[in-house]
Amino acid sequence: MAIVKLTRPKLSVGEKIYFGALLKGFFLTMKHAVASLRNKSRGAKDMASSGLGVTMQYPEQRWDDHMPEHYRGAPTLVTDEQGRERCVSCQLCEFICPPKAIKIIPGEIPSDDPWAKVEKRPKEFDIDMIRCIYCGMCEEVCPEQAIYLRKDYLISGLTRAEMVHDKKKLYEIGGVRVGLVNKWNEIK
Amino acid sequence: MDFALILTILIKIITLTFVVVLPLVPVSVYFERRFSAIIQDRVGPNRVGIPLTLFGGKKDFSFFGLVQPVADGIKLFLKEDFTPAHVRKAFYWMAPALTVAPALITLCVIPFGSDIQLPGMDPVKLVIADINVGPLFIFAVASLSVYGITLAGWSSNSKFPFIGGVRSTAQMISYEIALGLSIIPVLLYFGELNLSKIVQYQAEHGWLLLPLWGHGEGALSLTSKLLFWIPAFISFLIFTISIFAETNRMPFDLPECETELVGGYHTEYSSMKFAMFFMGEYAAMVVGSALIVTLFFGGWSVGFGADAAIAGFAIGGFKIGGLVHLGVFLAKVIAFILFFILVRWTVPRFRYDQLMKLGWVIFFEAALINVFLAALVIASGSGKFTPLILGIGGVLLVITTAAIIYVAKVSEPKVKALA
Repeated sequence: MAIVKLTRPKLSVGEKIYFGALLKGFFLTMKHAVASLRNKSRGAKDMASSGLGVTMQYPEQRWDDHMPEHYRGAPTLVTDEQGRERCVSCQLCEFICPPKAIKIIPGEIPSDDPWAKVEKRPKEFDIDMIRCIYCGMCEEVCPEQAIYLRKDYLISGLTRAEMVHDKKKLYEIGGVRVGLVNKWNEIK
Repeated sequence: MDFALILTILIKIITLTFVVVLPLVPVSVYFERRFSAIIQDRVGPNRVGIPLTLFGGKKDFSFFGLVQPVADGIKLFLKEDFTPAHVRKAFYWMAPALTVAPALITLCVIPFGSDIQLPGMDPVKLVIADINVGPLFIFAVASLSVYGITLAGWSSNSKFPFIGGVRSTAQMISYEIALGLSIIPVLLYFGELNLSKIVQYQAEHGWLLLPLWGHGEGALSLTSKLLFWIPAFISFLIFTISIFAETNRMPFDLPECETELVGGYHTEYSSMKFAMFFMGEYAAMVVGSALIVTLFFGGWSVGFGADAAIAGFAIGGFKIGGLVHLGVFLAKVIAFILFFILVRWTVPRFRYDQLMKLGWVIFFEAALINVFLAALVIASGSGKFTPLILGIGGVLLVITTAAIIYVAKVSEPKVKALA
């Protein structure tokens, strides 16, 4: 290995006295202080600052409008445009779920139901939001595009039971999703 | 001593210490947090206020988060006060008190304002103990606070606190010298060790660093005052920087330098005992700023010859000009505290050898030369010496300075590049 001889940099008298650097530092910090008081900090606009520095102040101001398209929030179930629940309880999501947060009890659709030819739908569908890691694998694996990660991020509760989203709650958050899977429609 | 006198002293102690200065400690903590946040483009604590919604009100009252220190205090009180099994109990318990007490004791010689007079009574000075050895008393007592830190470090019986304690001892003792030497020019100028008289003199004849009014008549002329500005500024610099080192503030906070020593001397402390160290540190900062303001920036005086009018200000027999001066003094102290905070968030921490070198090689010598320089300026202003003597003095000063710089340069070890 080649030997590199390093010499210490020669400091000029001004650098040795150090006060110049101190003054420069004061100007820098004061520049930041004044800028953040005037809401002129760099990036204040992009970060939707509250008017002091670059910080957005949470309960009053939220990220909701600034959420990126690909944001992965709470997993939910969706119905299609005809009000049919898309899930056919194939349980693929239950099997792929890394933290085992999903629990499905499949049930048969009775023959007098208009969607009898779908044959199965979940009787119970629970997602334990304490376990969920928002990885999105359930969404990825679902052949029916029935489970989606929505942008909800304020999932909180006072008890463990409250943190388990049951089927009703999941459809409530998920809502309707139009398009793509329509192989069960009469039209087809 | 009659009863009224003792009562006045007690009232002064209680109001000045517990009503005026002690609240400055949490306030400076709050300022520290808000100011550092603003410097770093953040917001800082701005929420804690009066929770009116808890009592059925419509809106919380946040006061810009000014109640935050109270919340911090409550938190520290409610935390578990844990004493590790391996500590030396007596000293471990004593140490926090030993850091707070000296800082508060030094307050007693600081003049907070001019006199207050109630109708039919003697004027009351706004200083607890009007003694003739002010600065000496402050140095004597303030250097006791090193015991708190050292004992904390030693009694914790654990390596990081110990290193912190040792560092702090060495640092405080080294800077005590620069601190003491740097104010000799100031004392030469005033010819006085009584802090309230020093402030009175500054009110009448111009602040030490702003000598623009009240020339002649027992004071120096404007030229020699302006000439004295140079040694005064040098001693101001040395004094301020030494105060930073004495109070373990940022560029010199090596005793608790968290990147190297976990928490430094208070690593093993928790709850209110830790808070006492914290308080002691901030109280020392308040006292340090008060001392700087008193010596260099005219203490409670407003300046420009307006002080006599303010001191005479009275409402129906109550001469309350002293309270105005108290407000002025506190404003100056807070401005200085803000400067301390600005420095903390600007200047990176020194290395320990740099700190020692700065203290012993630079400040000690600079302060010595400065004493010489100040004496020369005062001698030239007094008109009692012939120009010949002053000239010889000047030549001697130059020679001494050159010799000291030369010695400092020669004694510096040459750093060789690795072969």
